[in-house]
Amino acid sequence: MPELQQRPPRINTVQAHDFAVQQVPRSRWAKAWDNAGLRKGVLVVALLLVWELYARSLGNPLLFPTFSATAAAWFGSVADGSIPGAAVSTLALLFQGYGLGLLLAGVLTALASATRLGADILETLTAMFNPLPSIALLPLALIWFGLGDGSIIFVLVHAVLWAVALNTFSGFRSVSVTLKRVGRSYGLSPAGFVWHILVPGAFPSILAGLKIGWAFAWRTLIAAELVFGVSSGRGGLGWYIYQSKNQLQIPNVFAGLLTVILFGLLVEHLVFGVLEKRTVRRWGMLQ
Amino acid sequence: MLANVAPQPLLAVQELTLQYRDGDRLFTANYRVSFDVLKADRFVVLGPSGCGKSTLLRAIGGFHVPTEGRVLLNGAAVTAPGPDRAFVFQEFDQLLPWKTVRANVEFALCKGSRLARQEAAERAAHFLARVGLAQFADNYPHTLSGGMKQRVAIARALAMGPAILLMDEPFAALDALTRERMQDELLQLWEEHRFTLLFVTHSIPEAIRVGNRILLLSAHPGQVRAELDSDGVDVAAADGELLSARIHHLLFGHSDASRPGGHHA
Repeated sequence: MPELQQRPPRINTVQAHDFAVQQVPRSRWAKAWDNAGLRKGVLVVALLLVWELYARSLGNPLLFPTFSATAAAWFGSVADGSIPGAAVSTLALLFQGYGLGLLLAGVLTALASATRLGADILETLTAMFNPLPSIALLPLALIWFGLGDGSIIFVLVHAVLWAVALNTFSGFRSVSVTLKRVGRSYGLSPAGFVWHILVPGAFPSILAGLKIGWAFAWRTLIAAELVFGVSSGRGGLGWYIYQSKNQLQIPNVFAGLLTVILFGLLVEHLVFGVLEKRTVRRWGMLQ
Repeated sequence: MLANVAPQPLLAVQELTLQYRDGDRLFTANYRVSFDVLKADRFVVLGPSGCGKSTLLRAIGGFHVPTEGRVLLNGAAVTAPGPDRAFVFQEFDQLLPWKTVRANVEFALCKGSRLARQEAAERAAHFLARVGLAQFADNYPHTLSGGMKQRVAIARALAMGPAILLMDEPFAALDALTRERMQDELLQLWEEHRFTLLFVTHSIPEAIRVGNRILLLSAHPGQVRAELDSDGVDVAAADGELLSARIHHLLFGHSDASRPGGHHA
């Protein structure tokens, strides 16, 4: 059996060195490649290139126009005001529906947080209606609200309401018990407690709900416009796409779709992306 | 009632029985627990897990309604949470993650203690400096280490100027080296501010070090086993038994006769 050896102690004097933390500059290319926006931009350009080459090799502008033809049609329609007009009409409806949906989601979540019955109501309604595609309600909405903005706003509210309410409420529930106790020990009023503790504490979920609600609303609206056509004398982007198809202006159909995509990207990056960066990422609530 | 006038306790816990439900089962966490905390006490509640010490602290905080008995703070019954009882919890997530360190403290002062913004800012700066975090005032909590987060929580609680500071195993989630340093810092803060502290722990050395008075709770349900004085070091009593050994016997020993000699925890 080995014996333990006696050894003399070692005692050094140490001092702090400035090489503990050092600046190590990286190359410009490595830095650029770390930028997700740049990487995705390169990816988009590559996709557009593939599109252009494939469409040219196909040579059938009626089935699949080139990117350049689409871009030309897009600039043309922007210049003659048809796309901006359609976009304004679509966005106006969208904001009304989204806003009303958020408002109702707020009321429903407030009820659900205040009482157990309210929570049951929210959970039951969400379980029933969340899987129901909003566009399936359009025929009914047309009977109830007639051929106008009212019907579209109704389906938009349906698209937004459940996703936002469900996410907000589950977010409220997931706020840690400790944080809730801290808030309550400050003696906040019920409204103050919701505003100062629950809403920021649940913000990752709320933001996710806002995003999902926005995407649902946007899809529903374009689909509704395709089916529904002109409301209040002016068509939206869905209508623009549908009309262009009827007139066999396929590059304009693509231009319409491109506009829908562009709005989606803009909102995702400029609105939600910035909001996310300034809130939940800065707070370390989302990695 | 008593002939010799005892000092009016700051916090009086009287015959407190605490129960909570879990489905069909009813748990009794504490059974007829009574004790008095005097002004400027460092009162430690010590007991094994299951002795209901956290439930007890929650009841004093006003988060848990007692089945019987009552909690009196300065003679008035505690019924709801309030800023006169500031909490420091064990969990690191007790700081609001969406506020900077400074804003966390200022928010507690503005909302809890209802101070004006200017005064809140000054107090927050003072107490953050006291816990050595002045230069981290603009950091968000997620950028701090566990020990720093607990320091902010302590600064926040002290800045609120509560009647009593309630600490629920505040250093239990820290590494041993940091824990010892935090105990020292807490004692130093007490030397300067002489606040009243109610400190819950399951560590005998921590209880001896932090407390000037130690309440021992037995488990299942939590009942008062003993209440002892401590002067911060593990001294031997007249019979030669160390305080820590004595506490250990009181909590875990069967009877003093069957366990001769000191069992050193």
